[in-house]
Amino acid sequence: MASILLSLQGAVSQGVLWGIMVLGVYITYKILNISDLTVDGSFALGSCICATMIVNYEMNPFLALVVAMLAGVLAGAVTGILHTVFEIPAILAGILTQISLWSINLRIMGGKSNMPLLKVDTIFTGLVEKTGMKQSMISLIFGIVIAAIVISVLYWFFGTEIGSAIRATGNNEKMIRALGVDIKKTKMIGLMLANGLVGLSGALVCQNSKYGDINMGTGAIVIGLAAIVTGEVLMGKIVSFKAKLTSAVVGSVVYFMIRAIVLQLGMSANDMKLLSAVIVALALCVPVAMEKYRIKHSYNPEGGDE
Amino acid sequence: MLTVSNVYKTFNKGTINEKKALRGLNLHLKEGDFVTVIGGNGAGKSTLLNMIAGVYPIDGGKIILNGEDISRQPEHKRAKHLGRVFQDPMFGTAAGMQIDENLALAYRRGEKRGLGWGVTKEESEVYAEKLKILGLGLETRMTSKVGLLSGGQRQALTLLMATLKNPNLLLLDEHTAALDPKTAKTVLDITNKIVTENNLTTLMITHNMKDALRLGNRIIMMHEGRIIFDAEGEEKAKLTVADLLQKFEQASGGEFANDRMMLA
Repeated sequence: MASILLSLQGAVSQGVLWGIMVLGVYITYKILNISDLTVDGSFALGSCICATMIVNYEMNPFLALVVAMLAGVLAGAVTGILHTVFEIPAILAGILTQISLWSINLRIMGGKSNMPLLKVDTIFTGLVEKTGMKQSMISLIFGIVIAAIVISVLYWFFGTEIGSAIRATGNNEKMIRALGVDIKKTKMIGLMLANGLVGLSGALVCQNSKYGDINMGTGAIVIGLAAIVTGEVLMGKIVSFKAKLTSAVVGSVVYFMIRAIVLQLGMSANDMKLLSAVIVALALCVPVAMEKYRIKHSYNPEGGDE
Repeated sequence: MLTVSNVYKTFNKGTINEKKALRGLNLHLKEGDFVTVIGGNGAGKSTLLNMIAGVYPIDGGKIILNGEDISRQPEHKRAKHLGRVFQDPMFGTAAGMQIDENLALAYRRGEKRGLGWGVTKEESEVYAEKLKILGLGLETRMTSKVGLLSGGQRQALTLLMATLKNPNLLLLDEHTAALDPKTAKTVLDITNKIVTENNLTTLMITHNMKDALRLGNRIIMMHEGRIIFDAEGEEKAKLTVADLLQKFEQASGGEFANDRMMLA
């Protein structure tokens, strides 16, 4: 039991740090209505850049977070240009960037697929020394603070004129073009912002787990979607935008808790991706199946009532 | 005001589906002209409006609006001059956004969008006043999602959005065609009211000949990518549906005689 509790604590902090990535996925998937597969690559990019900067260039770990975020923004821009300027379908544009990032990440880390951060300071080790708390506690608090800041900034941003135009782009491209908005720009901004957050999340997870890895982002998009749908199910029919953003992070935490529990119960870590996919598929299938069932069984050959 | 000169547009050039939509079209609108556009399917009416709005590039010719050559400007740049309402009520509004947010998006048409608030409190009060003009009670539902409104309500809202910032030119592409007769009439009455009160230069496509004759100061008839009939003022006022049908027949060598849709 104790080991489950301990692993749950780690899962919560992990969930919050990955939650920043989920917010990025939320921007593209929910607001822009684009399935952006850059995420797997830009998450690993954030992690690899962060590890390389800290280990090879002895960069301040906070600054490394910023650099990782900017790298994510750049990755988003590449997908954005492929999609908006050259009109490649968004899914394919994302896949192209994602695949190329795998090689780029290897180059960044000097050909190594994994780079440990054991002997260097991270934001978390620094805070552990200062406060004397355990790292899992520190990363949880720090993660919640960052998530709260990001949610507040996104809430503000999507209420501004540009933010509204981005939301409208996801809603109705034809309409917002007729109202004088260049949808190439709004899509670019959305993709860059989203992948910036994904890069930041990758860097945070890198510092928390003390290694950068080119495979760290594999399946990130599925985790993102799983967290979003889990959050939606948990929070029910909420309308406030702030609550929706929060539910994305909560969904991420719950996802990592479920994951910790099934791992404790003896499931192989290698089966986790299968489980993630099943969770997403179920969450997407169940409402459709329920609606079909409802329609089928509400049919009355005798007619209907008023 | 608006001068369309010698504009050509062919879709799917060089393929079996080649369609010459506009063939050297010429049109000049004066300030305050309210022009109704009629013609059979495929006459090029919608293409004309889409070319003016910049939805697709034109193959040749010039479009001058208020002295500015907009022939090759992208759609979002031209939007500054144009108010548009589409045939499909779903096209003109963002379903997932609130009524006031939709109006605020329209209120900033053609302006630089920055980091100021998307909707301010003061503008909301203005919007509520404007919504009262529609007489649909939407002013009490400012924070409802537009997706919850009916087709007619959405179309009326789109019309208000298109004219919220007075456009140099209002383009109405069969904007009542998808509505039931009663709602269509309501939306058309609102259209007439807004256009005449603000003296808006307007191009309105319609398939309803009675409406085409009843509204506006000028009527143009299109056929195979050209304007084949153009009447205004007194001349237009004297026209009857029978006259128009006769014009169609003359122009098309009888092929319109059986076009029942035209009688609607």
